[in-house]
Formats: sequence, C-alpha cells, structure tokens
Amino acid sequence: MRPSLQRYRNILDFALSSLLRRKGRNLALISVYTLVVFVIASLVFFVQALKREAHELLAQAPDMVVQRMVAGRHDPVPLAQVEAIRSIRGVDEVQARLWGYYYDPVFGGNLTVLATEDAALAPDAIWIGQGVARSMRVKEGDLIPLRGYDGQSTLFSIQKVLPESSELVSSDLVLMAPKDVRALFHFPEGLATDLAIQAGNPRELPTIAAKIVELFPDSRPILKSEILRTYEAVFDWRGGLMVVVLGSAVLSFIIFAWDKATGLSAEERKEIGVLKSLGWESSDVLLLKFWEGTVISVTAFLTGVLLAYAHVFFFSASLFEHALKGWSVLFPRFRLIPALDGYQLTVLFFLTVLPYTAATLVPSWRAATVDPDAAMRS
Amino acid sequence: MIELSQVVKTYQAGLATPFTAVDRVTLSIPAARLTVFKGPSGSGKTTLLTLIGCMARPTSGRIHLHGLAGDALPHLAPAEALEITSLPERFLTAIRRRTFGFIFQQFNLVRGISVLENVLLPTYPTGEDPRAVEARAVARLESLGLARHLRSSVDRLSGGEAQRVAIARALINDPAVIIADEPTAHLDSRLSEEFMDLMSQFKDAGKTLLITSHDPIVYDSDLADMVVEMRDGRVVSET
Repeated sequence: MRPSLQRYRNILDFALSSLLRRKGRNLALISVYTLVVFVIASLVFFVQALKREAHELLAQAPDMVVQRMVAGRHDPVPLAQVEAIRSIRGVDEVQARLWGYYYDPVFGGNLTVLATEDAALAPDAIWIGQGVARSMRVKEGDLIPLRGYDGQSTLFSIQKVLPESSELVSSDLVLMAPKDVRALFHFPEGLATDLAIQAGNPRELPTIAAKIVELFPDSRPILKSEILRTYEAVFDWRGGLMVVVLGSAVLSFIIFAWDKATGLSAEERKEIGVLKSLGWESSDVLLLKFWEGTVISVTAFLTGVLLAYAHVFFFSASLFEHALKGWSVLFPRFRLIPALDGYQLTVLFFLTVLPYTAATLVPSWRAATVDPDAAMRS
Repeated sequence: MIELSQVVKTYQAGLATPFTAVDRVTLSIPAARLTVFKGPSGSGKTTLLTLIGCMARPTSGRIHLHGLAGDALPHLAPAEALEITSLPERFLTAIRRRTFGFIFQQFNLVRGISVLENVLLPTYPTGEDPRAVEARAVARLESLGLARHLRSSVDRLSGGEAQRVAIARALINDPAVIIADEPTAHLDSRLSEEFMDLMSQFKDAGKTLLITSHDPIVYDSDLADMVVEMRDGRVVSET
C-alpha cells in the first residue's frame, strides 16, 4: 500500500481504537444521535411514502368530481346532468356515483358505503374492507345487520373481504348494489352523490370545469390535482406537527452533541500534545478527529435511517401512526411501499452528519495548532 | 553537534507579566555523547530541551543541528548544518519525528490502548509498512523485557515498565538524539540504575543523549560526558 494511503489507514485504525477507549461516552452519544436521526428519518419516510401512496391511488381516481351545492352544502346531483356534461367537448366519460357514510353505533365508527355495478357482487351481499372486518370481527360468509334510515335493520351477507393491499383506501369501505344503497339511506331515485368525470386531455380540465359551472351554476367541480394538493398539505401539516412536538427533543440533542463535540477534555488536549510531540502534524491530528467525528455521525446516521426504514415500511410507523394517519376509529393496517427520496436523504445527511463533524474539528484544530511542549510540562 | 547561540525563550512576551524561562544560552552539545542538564526546578532545563527538540520556537537566538537531522528533510545532506528555529512547522514536525525520541517525566503514554499500540504511535503518520514497524516494535519491546506485556493495556503497568514502554516508543523511529526529561524522578534507585544501563547501551550505539535531572545517580554517573548546570534560565557551569 502506498505510504500516503497507509497513513490514512493507520490514523483511521487509531481513531477506531480511540473511540473504543471511551466506549461509555461514545455509545451514549451514538444512541441519542441515532434516536434523533431515527425520529426525523421516520417522519420523512412516512410522509414521503404516504404522498407516494396518495399519488398512486389518485392515478386511478377520476380526473374531476362534480358536486352540487345547495346553500353552501353538498347536495345530491340530478342524473339529468350526466348527459349534458358528457356532451361537453373533451369529456370522455361521466359516471354518477352513489355513496354515503354509515355510522355504526356498536363500535362508534363511520363506514363509507359505496354503490358498485360489479356483476360479481351477489344479490343482498356486500364486500367490506379489512378495517370493517377487524372492527366487527366478521369474515367472509358471515351476516351483518345494517340499520337503515327508518331504524329497521337489514341483513347482508359478506361475500368478500377486500385485499390488504388496498387497505389505505378500502379499510372502512362497504361495497353494495345501488338499489341497496338507495334503500339503506332512503336515497331518492334520479339523484347521485356526485359525478366522476374522465377527460381525454388533462390540460383541458380547467376549461371543462368552467363550462360545467356555466351550464350548472350550482355545481362545484373538484380537479384531481386539487385533491392531490390537499392530501400533500395534510400530510405535510401532520409531519410538521410532529416535528414541532419533537422539536424540544431535537434541540436537547443539539445542545448535548454541541457540548460533547466542542469541548475537549483535559485528557484529550494532553493526548493531542503527546501525539504532536511524537511527530504527528496538525493535519494528522485533525484527520484523527475527523475520522472520530465521521465514524460517530455516520454510524448514527446509518443506524437511524435503517431503523426508521424498518419502522416505517415493516412496522407501518407504529410509533407515530395515531398522529400521522388520522384520528379515525378504523385505522388502516397496511404496509407502505418503500419510497426513498434521494434529495431528502441527502438533506438529512447534511443536517445531521456535517454539523457534528464540523463541530468536532474546531476545538481539535485549536488544540492541534499550539506548540506540543505543553505535553512535556504536564 | 547541537549548537545553541544566544537562545532566549520568553513566555507571554508583550503582555504585562512576561517570563523568561531561557535566557541567552550559548552552548555546544557534542553528538554521540551523554549530556546532563541539572539545576533546581524552574531553572529552564526542560524548556531548553523543548527548544532543541523542535517542540517550541525560541523567542530569539539560533539553534543548529550539525549532521543530526539525517533523512528528516530529504533535500538535506546528512552532514549539513541545519538551522531549525526558522523552519516552517511541517519541517519541524519531520525533524521531531525522525531525529528526536522523547522520554517524558510522566511517560505520557496514551491510556486505554495496548503497549504495542503506544510504541507504534510515532509511526502512524509515516505510512510505513505496518508489518515492518510492528516487527521493529516487538523486537524493541522484547529487548526491554516487555515481551509478555505486548497486548496489555498500559494502565496496568508498573512505573518501571511504563518507562521502558516510553523508551521503546522514543526509539521506534530510530532517532539520532534521545531527550529524557527527569527520567528517574518516579523510579527507585534500582530502577534508576537500570535506566542508566540502558542509556549506556544507547550511547554505545552512537545515540546523542540529552537528559535533565537533579538525581545524583544521573549527573554523577561516569556515563555523563558533559554536565550543564542551569539556574534562572542561564547556564552557570559546564563540566
């Protein structure tokens, strides 16, 4: 090995041996450091994965949803509007959707009841989401009573429990035939909850929306991009809320790390003097301190990031789920698709590793540039 | 030969309380000989050795090394005189590493690491082949009777053993000059005699030995070729 490379290796070896000498102190530092990286990385991964999940789900969502407003409130849409909207140039498809919320007093949660025309759905049968099955403790083939608008219960047989992969959106879902939805909610014929619109060219959506409002001034078109923006804002807001809550912990770590990193003990100062008297240059001492700082911060960073990855993608961020997923009774239980954002990882790296490494170098530089005769006098 | 000319070292120069530790010392120290610096505490012995050993710069005066810098500075012929007080820090470090071996009063071993690692410390920045330097260190420690302590932590050594580790460390880069500061201060008479026996071997091997001491075992020894007595930073006698 070339002498210059060997020098780096020797000093790295000595840095590792130095870290082991102060095991207790360094392990405490790495633990707290790892915890902070873990918490921040978990938030970043979780919010990122939820956003990606939302993007993927909304990819299949209609380009636009049209609601009707009466006195500023959402009201059923007359089916007569379907044909009028379909005739607007650029509209590919208009689907009248029938859905609503069902409050179950037994377990105190809201279910989303949606009408489906799927031919596979048997008469008087329903399909339910995993969250519903979990909460009601039911399985395929069981019968469940749903209480209608008039207080009368209707029995439905569970034909299918929806797959886990779709749980983020289907956790609280109950799919049933349109006639059953109308009967359950006493929903009048000729009306739908809203209209789902697909357009050939997404760039034409604002124009189509304007035409719909022109035709039906009491309608409210909602574009997919607006829904996406709202989701992002909600996830960012929740993530930000957690950061604020954890802010004090992060601040404590910064003070702790700053204190540990910037203060050289008398023993460390003496050691630097000894090393210099033995023929180490200031640059050798700085390299030693650089390696020490880098090993601590990179170890903490990698451990924190790996733990956060496992926490978010294998354990569904169980530590934060109540704060981040929402306040529903029916928490979706699902595994997020791993989504790593290189930019955010890089920002996290620069925010955690660089400041610590730099903080360790400043006092070492000050100690390393003084004459080594102090060692002779100690 | 080491030649000092009107060397002055003043601490806190320019401040309200300057202190002159070495005051206009002019001296010629022969090579391959043992020179003892004696005098009471605060007489400037240790400061003078730190100036000779390139650990600090004098406030004024000149120090020349004649034929002792060896291969510390590649562009220099071994026999050439080298004025060290005006050299940049990098060169001073190279000379400190190659030309001088230091044995400190408190030994200054790095705690928490093994005997072998302590001895290898001066070789780390050189980038030498680690197997070669380790073999050299092991041989040196064996010759000093420390073979069974190679992997032991230095924290477990007795005073005499710790000093021998410090000696092995001082010799690992095969320096021309060995500087020992009060080496027998923490040793009993038997260990002090053993130390002087070792110095005798090094002298026979052609090393230049500079020792500060106020221990008669050292300055009254037959090994001492020159005894320099200092007081208040000045040389009061040379014998």
